[in-house]
Amino acid sequence: MLNPAAARHDPAAAPRLMLTLLAVALLWPGVRLSELDLGVLFDGSNADTMGTFLSAFWPPEHSGEFLGLLWQATLETLAIATAGMTLALAVAIPCALLATRVLSLSALSRGGRPAWWAQALRWPVRGLLIVLRSIPEIVWALLFVRAVGLGPTAGVLAIAITYAGMLGKVYAEIFESVDPLPARALLGAGASRLQAFLYGVLPQATGEMLSYSVYRWECAIRASVVMGFVGAGGLGQQMDLSMRMFAGGEVAAMLLTFLALVLLADLLSRMLRWRFA
Amino acid sequence: MSTLQTPPAPGLAAQPEPALKLAGVGHTHAGGQIALCGLDLQVAQGERVAIIGPSGAGKTTLLRLLATSLKPDQGDLELLGKRPWTLSAGARQRLRSQIGLIHQAPPLPPRQRVVTAVLAGRLGKWSLAKSLLSLLYPLDRRGAAEALGRLDLADKLYMRCDQLSGGQLQRVGIARMLYQAPELILADEPVSAMDPVLASHTLGVLNREAQRRNATLLASLHAVELALEHFPRIVGVRDGRILFDKPASEIGPDELAALYANEQLQHAPSPPAAATPPLNIPRC
Repeated sequence: MLNPAAARHDPAAAPRLMLTLLAVALLWPGVRLSELDLGVLFDGSNADTMGTFLSAFWPPEHSGEFLGLLWQATLETLAIATAGMTLALAVAIPCALLATRVLSLSALSRGGRPAWWAQALRWPVRGLLIVLRSIPEIVWALLFVRAVGLGPTAGVLAIAITYAGMLGKVYAEIFESVDPLPARALLGAGASRLQAFLYGVLPQATGEMLSYSVYRWECAIRASVVMGFVGAGGLGQQMDLSMRMFAGGEVAAMLLTFLALVLLADLLSRMLRWRFA
Repeated sequence: MSTLQTPPAPGLAAQPEPALKLAGVGHTHAGGQIALCGLDLQVAQGERVAIIGPSGAGKTTLLRLLATSLKPDQGDLELLGKRPWTLSAGARQRLRSQIGLIHQAPPLPPRQRVVTAVLAGRLGKWSLAKSLLSLLYPLDRRGAAEALGRLDLADKLYMRCDQLSGGQLQRVGIARMLYQAPELILADEPVSAMDPVLASHTLGVLNREAQRRNATLLASLHAVELALEHFPRIVGVRDGRILFDKPASEIGPDELAALYANEQLQHAPSPPAAATPPLNIPRC
């Protein structure tokens, strides 16, 4: 132990060096395959095009008529994101409860490892969550725009489906990351699984769940904007129109609105965390 | 050894229904280490028993078996007249609501309020709607305050669990069990984080409450003098076996010496004691 030669030689040095080299070796083909060439940005004509596009951004459009339109579109975007999140929560929470291992009765007497059949029953739920979130919301939006026509409904449904998958997975992982002993003690005192969840897991998970949900709501706002480009309503549809008309001032005003919305989400998240964590 | 524990058994067997009955119960940890083997124990309803023994003797494993949070590998286990591991999951949960386990370090969510933590004791008897409502607005505040009051903690009702000290948390755990009002009370080192005076006082409260409700009480204790002072019957456990089981008044210093003997000797050669699992096997 006190051998000075052993102290000089770090046994983790070689693996760490190997990992670093491996990471670089994996990144290089990534850069090649994605054909990333930053030089293109500073190429003469490209820079000019971008410059003229950006210079049109100032001043942001602020006529009364446009502000009214912007207000309508912002409300629509917020409504799409919120309605989509609510639907997603309604699907995600039951799925997370089914997918998590914390509430396993069979795990109670087995040191936290559920019986094999209980594990097997969790897989269909996990599979469902994977399917829900592996298809991008823009694909769902394109599908629903065909099915239910142009408008916010398509956006709401697309967000609900994709975000249910993401929220369900992350909630299940949050539930598994908290201390399992309180819930296990309650199960051991005869509580049902939902009761053990409410009194043993939820008090520890509230803060993380809230901050992740608000972050996802923020993402939903952005996603609803992107889906607006394919006709799912809201700020995105407005922005698509303005961009086609090269109305830089309007685009700038809308980008400022985004900034305000993200700031709002951030404030909300901080407020909720301060209250519950 | 088994002859030592038989004298009190016939007297107890005359009682109509034992609160718990163990016959040849054994348990092996996942690592292959034998925690308990060939345990025979019978405790009548309303009896109060202290379990003493050196560290690692299997006291906690025994209590966890009795709390049905471990399944015995061998033998028969009967609690409150039922065999928990032959019951359906629902019936076992109902049986568990009759068993209250006091943990050495009560596992309470740190941000939960004391009132909610105490009320959670009775979840096994509450409907889901009632427990959901009580989570939003504590329903039986009077009951929780009364249970806490018995442990002189009534003023901590609305504090958060992470604001309490270790000894206060242990008393909250006891209050939760009192609120649960089980027929069988199991306590795993219930006073280990308290000063001697408070520990003795709290054990007194626990014993009085058990007597008042005619509940059976089994407590594992490290402090032998507390066990002898508060409990009429003492079970000495060592190396996963019952060494003696007799009234507290009949326990002499020799038996205690035998129970805790060798502990210093086992400490000295502890580095090679990594081979304890094979050492334990031939004894069973």
